Amino acid sequence: MTATDPTAHLTAEQIEELGRELDAIRDEVIAGRGEKDAAYIRKVISAQRKLELVSRGVLLFSIFPPAWLIGTAGLSVAKIMDNMEIGHNILHGQWDWMRDPKIHSTTWEWDHVSPSDQWKHSHNELHHTYTNVIGKDNDLGYGIMRVDEDQKWHPFHLGQPLWNFLNACFFEYGIAAYDLELGKNLHKRRRKNPEFRARARAVGRKIRKQVLKDYVIHPLLSGPSFLPTLGATFTANLVRNLWTHSVIMCGHFPEGVQVFERRSIEGETRGQWYLRQMMGSANISGNKAMHFMTGNLSHQIEHHLFPDLPSNRYAEVAVKVRALFKKYELEYVTGPLPKQVFSAWHKVFRLSLPNKKPKVKTPDSVRELVAA
Amino acid sequence: MTSTALRGRAWKLLEMVTTPLLPSDYLDLVSPLRAGADLRGRIESVHPETDDAATIVIRPGRGWRGHTAGQYLRIGVDVDGVRLWRAYSITSPTNRQDGRVTITVKAIPDGKVSNHLVRRATPGTLIQLDQPTGDFVLPRAKPAKVLYLTAGSGITPVMGMLRDTEFDDVVMIHCAPRPQDVIFRNELHDLVADKKLRLTEVHTDRDGTLDIARLDELVPDWAERETWACGPAGLLDAAEEHWTEHGVQERLHTERFRPGIVVAGDGGEVTFSSTGRTVDADGATPLLDIGEEAGVLMPSGCRMGICFGCVTPLKAGAVRDLRTGEITEAEPGVLIQTCVSAAAGPCDIER
Repeated sequence: MTATDPTAHLTAEQIEELGRELDAIRDEVIAGRGEKDAAYIRKVISAQRKLELVSRGVLLFSIFPPAWLIGTAGLSVAKIMDNMEIGHNILHGQWDWMRDPKIHSTTWEWDHVSPSDQWKHSHNELHHTYTNVIGKDNDLGYGIMRVDEDQKWHPFHLGQPLWNFLNACFFEYGIAAYDLELGKNLHKRRRKNPEFRARARAVGRKIRKQVLKDYVIHPLLSGPSFLPTLGATFTANLVRNLWTHSVIMCGHFPEGVQVFERRSIEGETRGQWYLRQMMGSANISGNKAMHFMTGNLSHQIEHHLFPDLPSNRYAEVAVKVRALFKKYELEYVTGPLPKQVFSAWHKVFRLSLPNKKPKVKTPDSVRELVAA
Repeated sequence: MTSTALRGRAWKLLEMVTTPLLPSDYLDLVSPLRAGADLRGRIESVHPETDDAATIVIRPGRGWRGHTAGQYLRIGVDVDGVRLWRAYSITSPTNRQDGRVTITVKAIPDGKVSNHLVRRATPGTLIQLDQPTGDFVLPRAKPAKVLYLTAGSGITPVMGMLRDTEFDDVVMIHCAPRPQDVIFRNELHDLVADKKLRLTEVHTDRDGTLDIARLDELVPDWAERETWACGPAGLLDAAEEHWTEHGVQERLHTERFRPGIVVAGDGGEVTFSSTGRTVDADGATPLLDIGEEAGVLMPSGCRMGICFGCVTPLKAGAVRDLRTGEITEAEPGVLIQTCVSAAAGPCDIER
């Protein structure tokens, strides 16, 4: 959090006007949704499935190093596509308007150990509603890290660069544990809660299926290539995890992103909600391939403003959103991937140590602004 | 082990290979019409019948069970990226050699699907199919004398019958605004020339709508005939009354295309059909709140339209999106976000 409130210059009327302008951008995209968008997501899904099939086919011969390399690279890309541009976005309901039951937030299941319905709750509902609100949005550090000066320091945080690295490597398991709110639910009394047990069982089933597929069945099908295939699927999962973790860190952790005090969102108006999303997210700049491989979460700011708009539209929306940032003299936090990843990691290291209570700014100043 | 059990095991194994997807998700990429797939069809060609009607030739998937003359078919077509389902009468005979099936569609004003099919559908397009259904069909035993009473696109199921089964004595009365609006006119005239059909065309622009009392004059022995009637509600109501008056109602078979038309209003009675609750709703309160106040257990989430945690099937009626004003009408498979939808007339929510 910066020392001064970056939105202090806006009046309540301006904030509501900003909200109306953002609503207009949203309505325009919704009115223009159609055949081309539907063709886009179908093409991406079909390409992902073909890439996965071919890659796993090549891995049957992964005893030969070139086949291992090609198959592993292909499978890594296929898993990233499944996770980001397809899974994340479908589970946001971005494609529900097509009324195709096979490409729908209520039926989609992804190549990930967290069952989609649990992830939808923790991500769509909690994170997207309470974006960057300390104590409400667990995505702020995933409950294992301190990512803001205002969060209380604990000796446990000394190790957070390591926790973060391990979380990056096994990110999908981290997400599953996070969706289960494992930290809180492992207390003796909560462990017995039938609702928690049912959810834990669902995760267990999903993990079993995923592990069986990646580390038993596909290697077995490869016969003499058993070990190389096992290594390949492990590598592909690792690559996917490191990649998605990096992209997601860039969304809310880089320097310049604001966090909000719990009480600041009481009675929040639509304009204020929009403003919080604008100030609480950061983008990644880059070319089309970069946007695609991040599932368009490189347009994190636009995604947080309009989580249910089809991802292929964020690029055009970004031009208009950026113009609004300029108009209202707000900082649009963006930068190339290496810079943003470095910025986020830098913060993780910096906040692993205790800091002096910041002097000038207080979370209350943000509260005054947002609740004004 | 029996072969079915063996196949079941093999399928289970295949599911483990493809998890979390199903083997069919991959098979659909190469063979969407195969046996065992969800029933689909491919549009092979589109033939104009009149200015605003066309016949669509469909190659159904392997799971197609065939139809009985007179039945209709529900199809799901993607129009502007949105899947919409409509029912159309099958116009091809049951014994068509190439296994294709045809529907004949008349474009109705503002009809999203009918206009798309008549004017924009292209060969090669994949569509979703249901198995054919409907009991407006010919009986097993051949009746001696037959009367077909049709108007407008009501001729389509009857054309399926005419093409399917020949009777010794068939009379038809068909109403359409002008001669050029008569769908299948050439084929009907060919049947007349071959003495397989006696036809009276009523051109309503010139003659006015058919007065059912004129039946005695047009078909003196109408009461002895097994009759199939299809057309607008006015014609069918008059026919049902007429046949009942003469005590021969068991000889009349009718088919109505659109039983109920949704009228979108502002607020209305909301039924939560699973719990059996009914409450009055205004046009501004989200259905989520309406349901919760009525004590219905509603799924909920962000309460602002972003998390899709509250989506629920809309079984009947219409709702309005409180953010955009957009109206959504009930159709099979339509889900609504209850936190940002309000009643637009009476509606039924599956909760």
